[in-house]
Amino acid sequence: MSSQVLIIVLFSVVVALTLGITIWASRQNRSAADYYAGGRNFSGLQNGLAIGGDYMSAASFLGISGSIALYGYDGFLYSIGFLVAWLVALLLIAELLRNSGRYTMADQLAYRMRQVPVRSAAALSTIVVSIFYLLAQMVGAGSLVALLLGLDSPVLKNTVIVLVGALMIIYVTFGGMKGTTWVQIVKAVLLMVGSLLITVLVLAQFGFNLSELLGAAAEASGQGEAFLQPGQLYGKNLAGQFDFLSLGLALVLGTAGLPHILIRFYTTPTAQAARKSVLWAIGLIGAFYLMTLVLGFGAAALVPTGEGSAVRESAGNVASPLLAEAVGGGEGSIGGAVLLALISAVAFATILAVVAGLTLTSATSVAHDLYATVVKKGEVTERQEVRVARIAAFVIGAVAIALAIPAQSLNIAFLVALAFAVAASANLPTLIYNLFWRRFNTTGALASMYGGLVAAVGLVVFSPVVSGAPTSLLPTADFAWFPLNNPGLVSIPFGFLCGFVGTLLGGRDGSGERYTELQVRSLTGAGAEKATSH
Amino acid sequence: MDTPHPQVHQRYEAVAARPEFDELRRRYLRFVVPATITFMAWYVVYVACNNWARGFMNQQVVGHVNVAVVFGLLQFVSTFAIAVLYARYSIRRLDPLADELREDFESGSARGVPGAEGRGR
Repeated sequence: MSSQVLIIVLFSVVVALTLGITIWASRQNRSAADYYAGGRNFSGLQNGLAIGGDYMSAASFLGISGSIALYGYDGFLYSIGFLVAWLVALLLIAELLRNSGRYTMADQLAYRMRQVPVRSAAALSTIVVSIFYLLAQMVGAGSLVALLLGLDSPVLKNTVIVLVGALMIIYVTFGGMKGTTWVQIVKAVLLMVGSLLITVLVLAQFGFNLSELLGAAAEASGQGEAFLQPGQLYGKNLAGQFDFLSLGLALVLGTAGLPHILIRFYTTPTAQAARKSVLWAIGLIGAFYLMTLVLGFGAAALVPTGEGSAVRESAGNVASPLLAEAVGGGEGSIGGAVLLALISAVAFATILAVVAGLTLTSATSVAHDLYATVVKKGEVTERQEVRVARIAAFVIGAVAIALAIPAQSLNIAFLVALAFAVAASANLPTLIYNLFWRRFNTTGALASMYGGLVAAVGLVVFSPVVSGAPTSLLPTADFAWFPLNNPGLVSIPFGFLCGFVGTLLGGRDGSGERYTELQVRSLTGAGAEKATSH
Repeated sequence: MDTPHPQVHQRYEAVAARPEFDELRRRYLRFVVPATITFMAWYVVYVACNNWARGFMNQQVVGHVNVAVVFGLLQFVSTFAIAVLYARYSIRRLDPLADELREDFESGSARGVPGAEGRGR
């Protein structure tokens, strides 16, 4: 049996398994808390796995190991930012948010601010971040699956995008948070087991000696020790150095402001369980990124990565699958075909779990923030709200498919970093001020949300990402006056500054009185939402 | 914002007025503020060294392992360590106070104060 057939069989197994979970979960969804928050009944370990499943995208599974395979040490830097970021979530956000919110990021702001304007702003930011992230994932999915099947046909890529989009709509519409969470748990387990297997096989080839692995990678790369040193990818000139600093800040401060991560904290019964889930997530994500280090250097050592190689042509994305084939016995061997198919199926499951989480997050915000509060002013039943969430999931999924198909010809890899920059510039300042600053008010919240959002997106529009360079989105135009590809260095302080100035300009609007309540509730859990019992 | 329920509001105010609540808030901030400053500074120093201290980062430590790789791995170690320290600290120093205050708040609802559970609908 060829590896293509095996890959298709395993993809089908992943689809069947996840659809089975969705059907099971759809029978459990009774209330809004079930649909939006999985009944708040997930344990710390379960939610920790789901966080890992939500967070470790194909970009980090295939992208980081591929980047290490091509650029050595610098490829590793993304993963460090991605991990350290979880301390912000653990120390400052997870428990306080679990205690003070219900279903969306906006709940926690609406607690003491004027509902309609802050929910509109938070919903806009949620949808922008989620759609950016979602588009990057879906476009990646098309080319990835084509690559794994070894067929470079536009029809196949479009079919894959439609299939991924349709599956994600089904998971979210029918399975809600419960279905999505279990899809993410299954994916996280597959990802950890698959990565561990390949990692052990790679390390075994080098006598479990990191130095030997690094030495072999450096030698095979043709760069020598420079391959193991900073500077292959980032910081080649002064602009590049500040760009790297800017990226690093957005990665560390963005994670705790990603709406699809924030709503995961609502699925646990208590703040203590939310804390435990972040601890599990830190352990899993940290272990995973350590394994990608081995996978990346392993691929550099064992798989051809020179000019014209499959790894370089795919920008590193096939480094892990080809490494799996190599350690399984090489091309043409049964072991190689099995491991290649296995890792490809893990990558496919990874894409499905991440896009489902993003769609659910947007749909929840549309239904709970925009429809129930802004449109209906709270005069709405739970049943109506959940129906709107399901319709929204369908519409968002359809829009994502419609945007992803034409976007394939564009260089949109920057969208993931931009999603982190918006989360760090708009959402994090607002959340931090709301939790820790009594004087913060509605004007301040709107200023930091809109200010951070406009600054992050606006600076990217006027950066070399969009115009003025051969790799730009619009390579023929040039209106780039902002020198950095990553806006975080400017837009994050700007978001904080806007929140500060807006608060001073806004005057007292009663939000300070409710602050005492928010503080008691967020720190003690007094009056916090309970798990549903059934 | 939601319309505040006066009686519920009073019960929150009552918790906030207790010395145990001040103590809880003080203990929480005493851990998270220094910890956040530490890990952010440590991370920014690491990023800056990648940019501006390459001579230092390129030194070999053992075999092919250089300072940059060790520094990167130490970011993992420090993240795991701060997470574990916070978990232990919160179980020992925060949870008992938070549990006590929450139980007192909620026993108020058992005495029939309306709207005690399910704020913010």
